[in-house]
Amino acid sequence: MARKVSNTRKTVITALAWTIGLLIFFPILWIIILGFKSEGDAIKTPFEVLFSSWTFESYHEVQERSDYFRHFMNSVIISLGSTLIALVIAIPAAWSMAFVPGRRTKDLLMWMLSTKMMPAVGVLVPMYLLFRDFGLLDSRAGLVGVLTLINLPIVVWMLYTYFKEIPGEILEAARMDGAGLKSEILYVLTPMAIPGIASTLLLNVILSWNEAFWTLQLTTSKAAPLTQFIASYSSPEGLFYAKLSAASTMAIAPILILGWFSQKQLVRGLTFGAVK
Amino acid sequence: MGKITLKSVRKSFGDTHVIPGIDLEINDGEFVVFVGPSGCGKSTLLRLIAGLEDTSGGTIEIDGKDATDLPPAKRGLAMVFQSYALYPHMSVRKNIAFPLKMAGMDAAEQDKRVNHAAKILNLSSYLDRKPGQLSGGQRQRVAIGRAIVREPAAFLFDEPLSNLDAALRVTMRQEISELHQTLKTTMIYVTHDQVEALTMADKIVVLHAGVIEQVGSPLDLYRNPRNLFVAGFIGSPKMNFITGPEAAKHDCHTLGIRPEHLDVTEDGIWEGVVGLSEHLGSDTFLKVEAGPLGTLTVRANGEVDLHHGDKVRLSPQEGKLHRFDKDGKALR
Amino acid sequence: MATAHSRTAARLMVSPAVILLLLWMIVPLGMTIYFSFLRYNLLMPGMETWAGFDNYYWFVNNPAFWPALSNTLVLVVGVLAITTIGGTLLALLLDQPMWGQGIVRILVIAPFFVMPTVSALVWKNMFMNPVNGLFAHAAKALGLQPFDFLAHAPLASIILIVAWQWLPFATLILLTALQSLDREQMDAAEMDGAGPISRFIYLTVPHLTRAVTVVILIQTIFLLSVFAEILVTTNGGPGTASTTITYLVYAQSLLSFDVGGGSAGGIIAVILANIVAIFLMRMIGKNLES
Repeated sequence: MARKVSNTRKTVITALAWTIGLLIFFPILWIIILGFKSEGDAIKTPFEVLFSSWTFESYHEVQERSDYFRHFMNSVIISLGSTLIALVIAIPAAWSMAFVPGRRTKDLLMWMLSTKMMPAVGVLVPMYLLFRDFGLLDSRAGLVGVLTLINLPIVVWMLYTYFKEIPGEILEAARMDGAGLKSEILYVLTPMAIPGIASTLLLNVILSWNEAFWTLQLTTSKAAPLTQFIASYSSPEGLFYAKLSAASTMAIAPILILGWFSQKQLVRGLTFGAVK
Repeated sequence: MGKITLKSVRKSFGDTHVIPGIDLEINDGEFVVFVGPSGCGKSTLLRLIAGLEDTSGGTIEIDGKDATDLPPAKRGLAMVFQSYALYPHMSVRKNIAFPLKMAGMDAAEQDKRVNHAAKILNLSSYLDRKPGQLSGGQRQRVAIGRAIVREPAAFLFDEPLSNLDAALRVTMRQEISELHQTLKTTMIYVTHDQVEALTMADKIVVLHAGVIEQVGSPLDLYRNPRNLFVAGFIGSPKMNFITGPEAAKHDCHTLGIRPEHLDVTEDGIWEGVVGLSEHLGSDTFLKVEAGPLGTLTVRANGEVDLHHGDKVRLSPQEGKLHRFDKDGKALR
Repeated sequence: MATAHSRTAARLMVSPAVILLLLWMIVPLGMTIYFSFLRYNLLMPGMETWAGFDNYYWFVNNPAFWPALSNTLVLVVGVLAITTIGGTLLALLLDQPMWGQGIVRILVIAPFFVMPTVSALVWKNMFMNPVNGLFAHAAKALGLQPFDFLAHAPLASIILIVAWQWLPFATLILLTALQSLDREQMDAAEMDGAGPISRFIYLTVPHLTRAVTVVILIQTIFLLSVFAEILVTTNGGPGTASTTITYLVYAQSLLSFDVGGGSAGGIIAVILANIVAIFLMRMIGKNLES
């Protein structure tokens, strides 16, 4: 609508929106602030907190004492690992469903999506026992495996939607130009699909990083990613707000940043196309 | 090189028999146009020849060899798609070189052929641009260039001009015809536009519901249509069809006369009242309500100054009446 | 496009994904079903006996079961209500012309990307803690007694935390849907004499209904599995005040080591989720047609 909106209206709306936005964002803001305070200051009243001195001491303590870096790397390895493996499996699958659709393709896709809807507790027991018996408890490999499986449907789905947007005629042209299947995928499909693949990778890394069921059930310390690490702070052990805040800020910062870039992918990936 | 024979070629999609059975001979160097209304199977037929679809029956021979089960890459054909289907992430040079790269040609030879094709098509200054930076006509030429470098046995064109505006269409039509004269390679061209068909073809194949209605040269189809469908499809504006007692007088079920073969005369045998009149300057088109004869379209000289409501008398030109029986077949 | 060559290739390329997911569906679930019919406790391994439907019986008759069921329902409905209504209002607000819309969007979307354990702990300690939390400080400043949220209103507190996390999701989806509204249709309606409220009722609401349904269905699937927030804040307590079916199954399986009982509970959770899933799949299926 290219009509003029009154400035008063715009101002009121802007004020309202910013207020609500800041209110919603406030907890995150508060974590960031508290992370830069000393423990003693962190528990004072809000005004005192704001005006007390800023310090890096909490960050230092977190990194030194609790081997934070190891947990961070666990999160990175698990998120990236499960995403990359999922991509390797999903790209050919999505390719065939998008470009050589059969009568059953739609049903197949729906079935894949339905596997995501199974509640995790439904298989908690066998997964725990299987992991225990195969020595996979508290192992990064085991966790990568589980996360790959639970996110595979979404990765396939997202790639499918992106592939479908590639004009089929271009692939036919490649075929006529003498490209075999491998060449077709390598020289034509993948370069054109890279934006879509990147978006899928982004969303999946975010989902894996934040996954808070299997990471809590199947790890204790060695392979524990950040979700478990933060959870271990839940037993009350006295004053620790500043350290918790510092640790939390470091844990959520990467994903917050990535998340800002992935809003469109979020809608595409998690509404399964039911909303455009 | 470039002789294609179709024997009893059939194509079904599930229970839909798109092409019940086609026999066709295409000679080396011919410019053949497949023409027909939407859904008549012309694009399907082209894709069967290309190998992008499997036949449900029958054989396709290319230069005497059975190509029915060969994949597209091995048939030695090149295709220009309606949407050009250029590789958006590659430069024009890489686009045109792609088939050569797939064939394993060495880089020097690739360059030579690409430059040669670019020169023929006036693309030499665009070689390093990407398709997104080109106009419709330029993209069209890149698509043709990509086809030329393969030195195929035949070129396949799938409605290549439909995405261009009218003026560009005329220019590209001529360019493709000139290309044919230069390269002398077989070209199979699909279009729904009968003007393109008439101007470009050596041989026209009129398709309707998957069946060949008639094969012949443009003038052949114009002068001697074999049935009602071809008669009504070829020629613009459409041929006039008259049924009833007037047709019976001429010993047939349907009488056909083209608008350009009806003269406005003082003593014409048919009379009517002008309904709509279109004055284009070069021609005048009249829609004449002729009572029991129905509505007749007449193409007259641009000087003719008749308007809505005017009474006219028309006479068909000598020897230009077409007669059809009750099954729509032409009576000679 | 679809030649015999590409079709065989296609089938080969889908198989890894299909096989993996098939195994993932059948093997663990099959094992759960099997365990649910055994009397199997991890503290006494090797003594499993057939228990028939006993586990199911005891799970349902567990004094924690009905509270857990009702808690699950209250949690899901509560979060849905807050996020759907809040999300719609927020989406409508964000769709209006304003300054700095991009930044407001970022502010509103952020909570979704915070990992559940972090958000739960932050709310528990920094806000709801009756001694040092922000709410406590605010109460004291107003001269009121600080309220121990997690002890006295555990479920409501958890609903608040989870709703905070999911509000961005609902808002984003509904905003996307709003922005896909056909402007030409709006213009046509305006020319037909429809005022802003009529346009809202007859054009916007029907268009949003579809998106709202999707939001509700998808969120329900995920909300049924809420776990980390409960583990980290209340551990299901006090008593069973904030135990959900998911948490109950976890407690039974890994805290009481009752594999048989936990499995039965797991199956019950699967059945519950399936009911919702059927509706969701129908909606998705309709969309895949187009």
